[in-house]
Amino acid sequence: MTIWHIVFKSLRQHLLSTLVTALSIALAGGLLMSVWSVKEQAQATFTQVNGGFDAVLGARSSKLQLVLNAIFHMEASPANMAWDDYLEIKKNPNVELAVPIAMGDNYRGYRIVGTLPEFLQKTEYAPGRHFALHAPSRIFDATLREAVVGSFAAQKLRLKRGDTFHPYHGLTFDEKEEHAETYVVVGILEPSNTPADRVIWIPLEGVQKMGGHKVESVEELSAVLVKLKSPIAGRTLEQFYNKQGTRLTFAWPIGATMAELLNKISWFDKVLALVAYLVALVATGSILASIYNSMNERRREIAILRALGAHRGTVFGTIVLEAATIAAVGMLIGFGFYFGIMSIVGEIVRAQTGVVLDPFAWNPVLAWAPAGMIVLSALAGIVPAFKAYRTDVAEHLLPIS
Amino acid sequence: MPLLEIEQLKKSYALPGGARHTVIDVPWLTINEKSQVALRGESGSGKTTLLNLIAGILKPDEGRVVVDGQEMSALSEPGRDRLRATTIGYIFQTFNLLQGYTCLENVMLGMSFGPGVDKPFAETLLRRVGLGDRLHHRPRQLSTGQQQRVAVARALANRPKLVLADEPTGNLDHNNAREALALIRETCKENGAALLLVSHDREVLGQFKMVFDLARINKALSKETSEESQEAPLP
Repeated sequence: MTIWHIVFKSLRQHLLSTLVTALSIALAGGLLMSVWSVKEQAQATFTQVNGGFDAVLGARSSKLQLVLNAIFHMEASPANMAWDDYLEIKKNPNVELAVPIAMGDNYRGYRIVGTLPEFLQKTEYAPGRHFALHAPSRIFDATLREAVVGSFAAQKLRLKRGDTFHPYHGLTFDEKEEHAETYVVVGILEPSNTPADRVIWIPLEGVQKMGGHKVESVEELSAVLVKLKSPIAGRTLEQFYNKQGTRLTFAWPIGATMAELLNKISWFDKVLALVAYLVALVATGSILASIYNSMNERRREIAILRALGAHRGTVFGTIVLEAATIAAVGMLIGFGFYFGIMSIVGEIVRAQTGVVLDPFAWNPVLAWAPAGMIVLSALAGIVPAFKAYRTDVAEHLLPIS
Repeated sequence: MPLLEIEQLKKSYALPGGARHTVIDVPWLTINEKSQVALRGESGSGKTTLLNLIAGILKPDEGRVVVDGQEMSALSEPGRDRLRATTIGYIFQTFNLLQGYTCLENVMLGMSFGPGVDKPFAETLLRRVGLGDRLHHRPRQLSTGQQQRVAVARALANRPKLVLADEPTGNLDHNNAREALALIRETCKENGAALLLVSHDREVLGQFKMVFDLARINKALSKETSEESQEAPLP
């Protein structure tokens, strides 16, 4: 019969309030860990995702709009650029790879992007990793109406090799805007956990010559993805396009552009974190209220323990330990909430951006949040523990009249 | 050899007006090892207060309480807790069993703050009081008489030298009261513990050879100097 046994008995005796309080801790802890983890993972991921390129060249606009449009396939294309501009940067001795992309169509909300086969062949989207296809898929023929579908888009649209579809005009789905051209799916990409997973890739000419598009589209592009031989060369190109020129924008480096965006919305992270902290504080307050309210009915029990020889300190420690145990149980359940919230948020982020958040990724918050909640709860337990400490033994041992 | 010695013991409580009301003023009381003594006291005579002073639950205003050679009244509160946990067993009128614990756990709880848990001994005690088949029952699953038996087993769990019993039969019917009293006396004798029992029940008091009248030894009640402890004939 140890102090743990007494704590366990007490928690079991007040099972309902124990469970309700533990659940409030679980929700608060799960929320706190999720907010923190999403914030840090999103910051790390969005500033690291560059699709394997160092820069984006596009029509005159903001760098951020270019990056969101060409790398994350989120924003609308600011304007088109000329084919000759692509040829020019491709010949630049500092450029290792330049891949043109053209946009303007979708299939049931998933963006169709026209590009050259070399995008799928040569792009190293992460160090040492190239796009791979599900066997027996193949890359589209640049001269035919064929498509390679990103893994996430294929899963959501239930497209498989051999399926056909008609593109829809515009970047948002409208049933009335169906194109007459029929495309055949010849390949499905293996998951790359990049925005490319949400895209249907077709030959560049397919977008340029799609029925209903402007005639000049044939000679136009949405952007050019640029991989430099040396990242430092970007400064020269930035100088050339952004400072001296007036027609085009060279968004370099991609990570810094995204970091700039995240900095602008960092206040939102702070608000979310503050809300999570407040929820955690309220939850630990509920431990205080729950145990404190039960103290009146438990004073006789405490008096009996004292009459049997328990020290005041033992009684005090038991109550503090009880509060800490409720928090520990709550945080164990909280990990369930954490994985649940992370899975839902991860799915939403993946659907919107193609970026994958890993619910099982280690983050220091998974250690300090539970430890913090347990310590905070133990501190909250001091108030009822003090009440228990001061219990008048003789008075509470008297027969109840 | 004296197990319990009380000298010039005084305890008073503050009244709302600031004055103090003396409830215990016992000049002298001695109880020997392994003896069985009854203390006769009516309601309000301070008998529970006296037992709480002996057990170290209350601290006296003046005087000495010496239990097993240790001056309880001079010890710090943790010291009194320790002495109580190792030397004294307490049986209450309302049993004071913990409802969330089984019979066995209630008895083991009586050991845990003292010499340490000895589960086989706890089971032996419960079998001795006739509850061998109720080890894992909770108090509310037992009759009143059975609950008192658990309380008896718990009071003996820490192998005490002194058992204090405060109106232990007050909540029992006639038959159960007689059985409980016999059980308390027998088990104390078997375990070598002295017994100090307070009651106002003549039948209970009639079972004891040595009975003190609290009205005589507590000057706070009688306003008279108590005489030396004596075997008082029952009225």
